[in-house]
Amino acid sequence: MNALEINQLKKTYNNGFEALKGIDLNVRKGDFFALLGPNGAGKSTIIGIICSLINKTSGHVSIRGYDLKQFPREAKQSLGIVPQEFNFNVFEPVEEILVNQAGYYGVKRPEAFKRAEVHLKQLDLWDKRREMARDLSGGMKRRLMIARALMHEPQILILDEPTAGVDIEIRRSMWAFLQEINKQGTTIILTTHYLEEAEQLCKNIAIINQGAIIKNCAMVELLSELDSECMVLNLQAPLKKAPSLEHYSTRLIDQTTLEVEIKKDEDVNTLFNLLNKQQIKVLSIRNKSNRLEQLFLRIVEK
Amino acid sequence: MYLQDNITAYKTILIKEILRFSRIWLQTIIPPAITMGLYFIIFGQLIGSQLSDINGYSYMDYIVPGLIIMSIITNSYSNVVSSFYGTKFHHHIEELLVSPIANITIIAGYISGGVARGLTVGLIVTLVSLFFTQLSIASYITTFMVAILTATLFSLAGLINAIFANSFDDISIVPTFVLTPLTYLGGVFYSIEMLPEFWRNISLFNPVLYMVNGFRMGMLGVSDASLSTAILIIVGFIILLTSICLWLLNSGTGIKK
Repeated sequence: MNALEINQLKKTYNNGFEALKGIDLNVRKGDFFALLGPNGAGKSTIIGIICSLINKTSGHVSIRGYDLKQFPREAKQSLGIVPQEFNFNVFEPVEEILVNQAGYYGVKRPEAFKRAEVHLKQLDLWDKRREMARDLSGGMKRRLMIARALMHEPQILILDEPTAGVDIEIRRSMWAFLQEINKQGTTIILTTHYLEEAEQLCKNIAIINQGAIIKNCAMVELLSELDSECMVLNLQAPLKKAPSLEHYSTRLIDQTTLEVEIKKDEDVNTLFNLLNKQQIKVLSIRNKSNRLEQLFLRIVEK
Repeated sequence: MYLQDNITAYKTILIKEILRFSRIWLQTIIPPAITMGLYFIIFGQLIGSQLSDINGYSYMDYIVPGLIIMSIITNSYSNVVSSFYGTKFHHHIEELLVSPIANITIIAGYISGGVARGLTVGLIVTLVSLFFTQLSIASYITTFMVAILTATLFSLAGLINAIFANSFDDISIVPTFVLTPLTYLGGVFYSIEMLPEFWRNISLFNPVLYMVNGFRMGMLGVSDASLSTAILIIVGFIILLTSICLWLLNSGTGIKK
């Protein structure tokens, strides 16, 4: 049984804008799934419909086999949502936000307080439990929304840009946390603008553009489509012009920065041999852009 | 299990609502008590002492039930309208919409919160009135029943207002232009028997009149309208407004895109 099944999902807003043009999408149980797309592609509309925040125009959404319209209670019970925008009461204490959320799912208060303690400690918010939510930093607010989404122990967790505006240290700790709960069996659906994040975390991916799914496959399969990578070399000595290297196209960005395009069937050792022959010393090497980012741009711009 | 979950969810909303208005007691509890205290002093003592008795009661005694029910009406209404509109404005209504909680439970939770605030303020106003008059309650059952039903009715009205509201202006229009005139013209400060026949007949179309007089019947044992008519009208409106609220939430009007 799939964790999420979407069939022919369409949404036309009152102003006539067709946000979704008949989406079909399946997410397997236990998956860590990336839903990517440029701004306005329809990601938030899909998530809004799954979360019952937006009324669909037509189509079907099933969560763990339960049709969202026919069996809303069973379907909603399985879902945990971490939205893009902060949507908790900023005038409530942190712990109360979690306990209330659990209560909406039928978790009694004594049990809700126990769970709140566990999740607040897991997400380094225990010391802030008595503080008003408005007094938390941006990163803390993001973690609060993750803790809140976990209060009813959902089997599926949907995260809509969970690390937006979060510094790299917190982002990485959030990644580790999400990977851990995915290992424990929670299906995770992630939308993000940090493609490095999707590449590192997700097993499967769908790319949506202009209301239609234009790619849906395993992350490994998608990355294998990349036929070249652009590497940036930091050189020890300045060059006046880009060196000519057989099989490699090169471009001098500035006197000590060289860009080299390496095709899929070419190796880096040969490149370094050629550079050595010309006595060009390399201090460091890095990928010009994230691999998924290159593919994403190529697919979306087609 | 489903029922048990909804009972837990109902309790959660109710506790949340009580904590909300308790936390801001300087805005929610104290001002109505001060306002009503001023009414007691100005209308009851200063002006009322110059007026003759109404239906066998001094003017002060006569207006006490009206002022208590007026505070219940305005506070139950404003509690729900401001709280529910706040959840829409700050988007934390999404916490409720994504959860499996039944819409009737959401309605019951918010209405109970409104009733709780209405009765809390009503109790405080009653205590304030003890500084000005000696209370004697003709029927505790009638008094409590009318108070709870009236608070329920105006909490429902507040919820409908909040569902349709798109700005903070929208949540003050109905109280200012509808609720306040109806309450003031609903026999809080006078008996409709004192009005010319034309205005007396017009007053009978004001639903607030029946709540004020039902409550007065409970406290003093005198009324301009029969108690059974008052109860029927209040219960009729409660059923109507509950159906409207349920339909609005089920269709997502004002809360979903």
